[in-house]
Amino acid sequence: MTDQLTAPAAAPAALPAPPAPDRASARAFTDAHLVPAAEEMDRRGAVPEDLLTLIGEAGLWAPFLPPALGGSGTSMVTLGEIHEEIGRGCSSTRSLLTVHTMVCWALHRWGTPEQLRRWAPGLAAGRLLGAFCLSEPGAGSDTAALATTAAPADGGGWLLNGTKTWITGGQRADLYLVFAQGPSGTIALLVPRRARGVRVTPIEGMLGTRAAMLAEITFSDVRLDSRALLGPSGFASGMVLTGTLDLGRYSVAAGSVGIIQACLDACAAHTARRTVGGSPLRDLPLIQAKLTDMVTDVRAARLLLAEAGRLKDAGDAATIMATWIAKYFASTAAARHASEAVQIHGALGCAPGSPVARCYRDAKVMEIIEGSNEIQRMTIAAEAHRRWTP
Amino acid sequence: MSDTTSARILDFITARFPQAEITETEDIFSLGYINSLFAMELVMFVENTFGIRIPNDQLRLDDFRTVKAMTELVNRLRPAAAVPTA
Repeated sequence: MTDQLTAPAAAPAALPAPPAPDRASARAFTDAHLVPAAEEMDRRGAVPEDLLTLIGEAGLWAPFLPPALGGSGTSMVTLGEIHEEIGRGCSSTRSLLTVHTMVCWALHRWGTPEQLRRWAPGLAAGRLLGAFCLSEPGAGSDTAALATTAAPADGGGWLLNGTKTWITGGQRADLYLVFAQGPSGTIALLVPRRARGVRVTPIEGMLGTRAAMLAEITFSDVRLDSRALLGPSGFASGMVLTGTLDLGRYSVAAGSVGIIQACLDACAAHTARRTVGGSPLRDLPLIQAKLTDMVTDVRAARLLLAEAGRLKDAGDAATIMATWIAKYFASTAAARHASEAVQIHGALGCAPGSPVARCYRDAKVMEIIEGSNEIQRMTIAAEAHRRWTP
Repeated sequence: MSDTTSARILDFITARFPQAEITETEDIFSLGYINSLFAMELVMFVENTFGIRIPNDQLRLDDFRTVKAMTELVNRLRPAAAVPTA
């Protein structure tokens, strides 16, 4: 039983730590490696291995982890800036960073010293990739409806059964963070991909984030030892999911800011080039109105994101609601402006290989993942009633 | 009053639920205020405000049931020299 959680093959000799990434280095990385490759990755439905390696060499997989665990100790504000820049170039790549971040954060926050020793260095370097497994064929945001079960196994440990779907990075991940119904509520388990009973089925042809290597993961009588449990059980177990989703929303909000910026960049360039009736498109008031709204919203979304990040860095509980609001605002703005970006580009925006068409498809996904925008509205409205109802 | 551990916890809860009238010994779970979102906020608040890290095995329901229980948890986990008045 325990061999399924034995440590991965011995890690290679330690490499020199890369310099701590920041917005500037992430921007340079994006312009050098993602912008030129994003369309091809979208078409092929995968982020190639050499790019995954480059991400690791740039220290971008989990820079917020402390140096002792292999990270760079970057702040959450900086992490948001990095994910924005990556998202500006390729939402699929940013999605892989998102789920990896969620697994790393959960491990850092809730992991035992043994779990940290075992998994953190590989995850920090990108030698191991993580994926977040919550959604099921019959359950998305409704965790009470999860059908995947983790039953206490004879002799100790857990017996995992169920199917997870729409798992970003699932085709490629080495370690799954799986949420399942335990004896007294939802629990989180660290499940190695190579555990016996794990089956991975690629999902292709999605509307957006097509290169994010989605998969359906089936767990059939997967036996795990007691060390697979991440975080508390009992009444506090739901906090693992709440906290992990909070990081996911933060990253999606950042990626949404990146999408708006990409649309703005493309539209500013296109409307300066393209003429109608002998004048540049940029001279038309209706075009100016669209660009004005993009400029305003990208700045507003970036500020909301930065505020959520600042509160995370301060350990302030208000970050959770601030992150809900940032994700809601940024994702709805991204969808709206990506639609306008296609409109501004006309047929060019609908053509194969159009960057704004990819943004349009990717932006729609942002309104759905890590809590649909309808769920977000319910949560934000509930907060309003708590705070301001007499 | 507002300088004490219990008062700061009570202030946090009542700031989140202004309509609630909660005493230090009232079971907040029985009032229906607790969900996983608030539980996370509460743990973050306690850890950040009092400079402690609550181990997984001490995240027990009974330690969060009342303001008094949370105060006792904080005082148990805080370095001895830093334990203030209740």
